Amino acid sequence: MQYAASGVATGCAFALVATGFVAIYRVTRVVNFAQGVFAVIAGMLAYTLLGQGVPHVLAEMLAVVAAGAVGVLIGLVAIGRRGTSPLASLIITLGLGIGSYAVLILIWGDQPISYDGFKGNLDVGGVTMQLQYVLVVLLTGLAFVALGLFFDHTYLGRGLTACSSNPRAARLVGIDVTRMGLVAFGLGGGLGGLAGVLLTPMQPVSFNSDVAIAISGFAAAIFGGLLRPGTALVGGLVLGVAEALVAGYGQASLQSGVALVIMLGIMIWQAGRRSIGTDEDIA
Amino acid sequence: MLDVHDLVVRYGAATALDGVSLRVERSEMVALIGPNGAGKSTLLNTICGLLKPASGTFHLDGRVAQVPEGRQLFAEMSVEDNLRLGAWTIRERDPGRAYALFPPLLELRRRIAGTLSGGEQQMVAVGRALMAQPDLLAVDELSLGLAPMVVDDLAQHLVRLNRDKGMAVLLVEQNARLALELCPRAYVLEAGRIALTGSSQELADSPAVRAAYLGAALDEVV
Repeated sequence: MQYAASGVATGCAFALVATGFVAIYRVTRVVNFAQGVFAVIAGMLAYTLLGQGVPHVLAEMLAVVAAGAVGVLIGLVAIGRRGTSPLASLIITLGLGIGSYAVLILIWGDQPISYDGFKGNLDVGGVTMQLQYVLVVLLTGLAFVALGLFFDHTYLGRGLTACSSNPRAARLVGIDVTRMGLVAFGLGGGLGGLAGVLLTPMQPVSFNSDVAIAISGFAAAIFGGLLRPGTALVGGLVLGVAEALVAGYGQASLQSGVALVIMLGIMIWQAGRRSIGTDEDIA
Repeated sequence: MLDVHDLVVRYGAATALDGVSLRVERSEMVALIGPNGAGKSTLLNTICGLLKPASGTFHLDGRVAQVPEGRQLFAEMSVEDNLRLGAWTIRERDPGRAYALFPPLLELRRRIAGTLSGGEQQMVAVGRALMAQPDLLAVDELSLGLAPMVVDDLAQHLVRLNRDKGMAVLLVEQNARLALELCPRAYVLEAGRIALTGSSQELADSPAVRAAYLGAALDEVV
């Protein structure tokens, strides 16, 4: 149960990263390989701000906003030029992700960093849970509810969904699809950043942690074919718990392999389900 | 209202429109007929700002909204969302206007657009275009894939919009008979050029149009 509890918490963080993937992919059809970078940047920035005496909550919020801004910047480079194909944009995000290592090392060095989250434990039915875990779960739930309301009940959210549903029609009614893509990148950055500030107290991050974070997030995202945030949440939780159980009962070194194996399994299953002759995404 | 002058539009090396000139006056209903691939949709997409002309100009006095070929609805979204998104560029997003014109849409407003019948979808597509409060409505293949009765009903709505609200309509149709019946004036577009123009009556009487577009038997023409 202990393992499961910590697994749910990390799973929540994966789910947030996954939703970032989904938000960007839905609107732009770009798989953003720099998705893990948002988490790392936010975690490190929060660490620095806390070190400078900025209080908790404010420091984390600033870090999340900064990650959102980084998201918009990456979006500008990746999709800002009209006519860039999604594949080209994907390669650009990959390049930017790796390029970010240099900047991260320059500012924060190459050692893992971490900071204290919420201290203390909560006793629920005989299971002792760290308060940080509870906080992560609550905030993730909140983020998902907010996202659902945003996408379903705001005009901007409907506009984003329209771009995903039919980009041609979206342009026809006057929606600036590129600008909506940038909004999606900003949203993806913020979600990745939120995952980062929640994850860093649980597992230290270093400049290249983004790969592991992005792989776990991507594995969770493809549960829903990269299109459904709700399924990505389920995917994140399954993945988090599976990884924690493997690390707890098996070997910690096998942990990151779990995401890859699950991801491969889903992709093969989905490829098998997709009928021959349709190249449409699973919608 | 709309004044297109010597418009040239290219897709890469292929020339889709090769010096097209065309006018639609305020409150006028004009038909644009021609075979597949003549450049009719290209012309609409250019005046709607989706394509950039290689040369030539067009002047548009007011707002244009397009009812695209194949409806192009937001298939996974509700009818009401589709309508509201039509008003993206203006402030007024109340779909009441569309419901007033197409009362059946009020009943269907919570339905997912992709699950509607073809005729209902076309109603949503016209309604969505009207949400932008256009001065010119550009309709691309109103009749495509729809039953004759449904087409008649939609066509009457267009005529009423034109007559009662003074909305200019540019109707692109492969069904030339329908287009010439609805619109007093027409252009014939062939291979990217305006081949013929005149009143619909003149065009309907011209042997070339009758043979090519109205399905008249050759001996009848001769």
